[in-house]
Amino acid sequence: MTKAEIVQALYTRVGGFSKKESADIVDLVFEMMKETLGRGEKIKISGFGNFVLRDKRQRPGRNPQTGDPIKISERRVLTFKASQILKQALNPRNGQPAAPNGQPAAAGAAPAPAAAPGAGGGVASADPVVKE
Amino acid sequence: MTKSELIDALAARTELTKARAELVVNCVFDSMTESLQRGEGIEIRGFGSFTVRPYKPYSGRNPRTGAPVPVPAKRLPFFKVGKELKELVNNSRHLAITGGDDSDD
Repeated sequence: MTKAEIVQALYTRVGGFSKKESADIVDLVFEMMKETLGRGEKIKISGFGNFVLRDKRQRPGRNPQTGDPIKISERRVLTFKASQILKQALNPRNGQPAAPNGQPAAAGAAPAPAAAPGAGGGVASADPVVKE
Repeated sequence: MTKSELIDALAARTELTKARAELVVNCVFDSMTESLQRGEGIEIRGFGSFTVRPYKPYSGRNPRTGAPVPVPAKRLPFFKVGKELKELVNNSRHLAITGGDDSDD
């Protein structure tokens, strides 16, 4: 799934928006989340999960290619903690494996190409719905 | 920021009513949840990508009693931070982390 498909879902399910408006709104939602995280504020989306910020101290590491010791500088990282509700949604039938074991559940696979290329692009906003 | 604060912020930045903004935000996360349920990853450029990772069953233990507990195979969502967001977050290091504790759903 790409942003274009989220735009499509907004367009068909919520309705009342043009495709362009739907695209601008979805862009804005992720933009606002980025702004929030970018000012050091975590995000909690109930039923989905928390985007948590964590400060890491400097630590020793190694260049995996050469094995040379290097310093890993202190940094702030973002981690996602899925909510129990989301975890349960991925694992239906309590106690039963959700997907047969050994069968790749599309993990890590590249998502299918966007159905409507361009619909979710970073088009500049000249839109009545989204204020600048 | 909580989901309801995100809804309020969206309403404030657009011409949307809070009720409409709520429908929008719910639709975004619902469609993402459905994609993950299908086992399909989500890629949001500039933000990050979500994938579903399968985990094998293993034998765990009740931390209180030490009794062995079988843990069934499961699928869990995994988020990989996008490059742009990663840098944005790291550049906020001089600011305190805000937004309350990490608990709850």
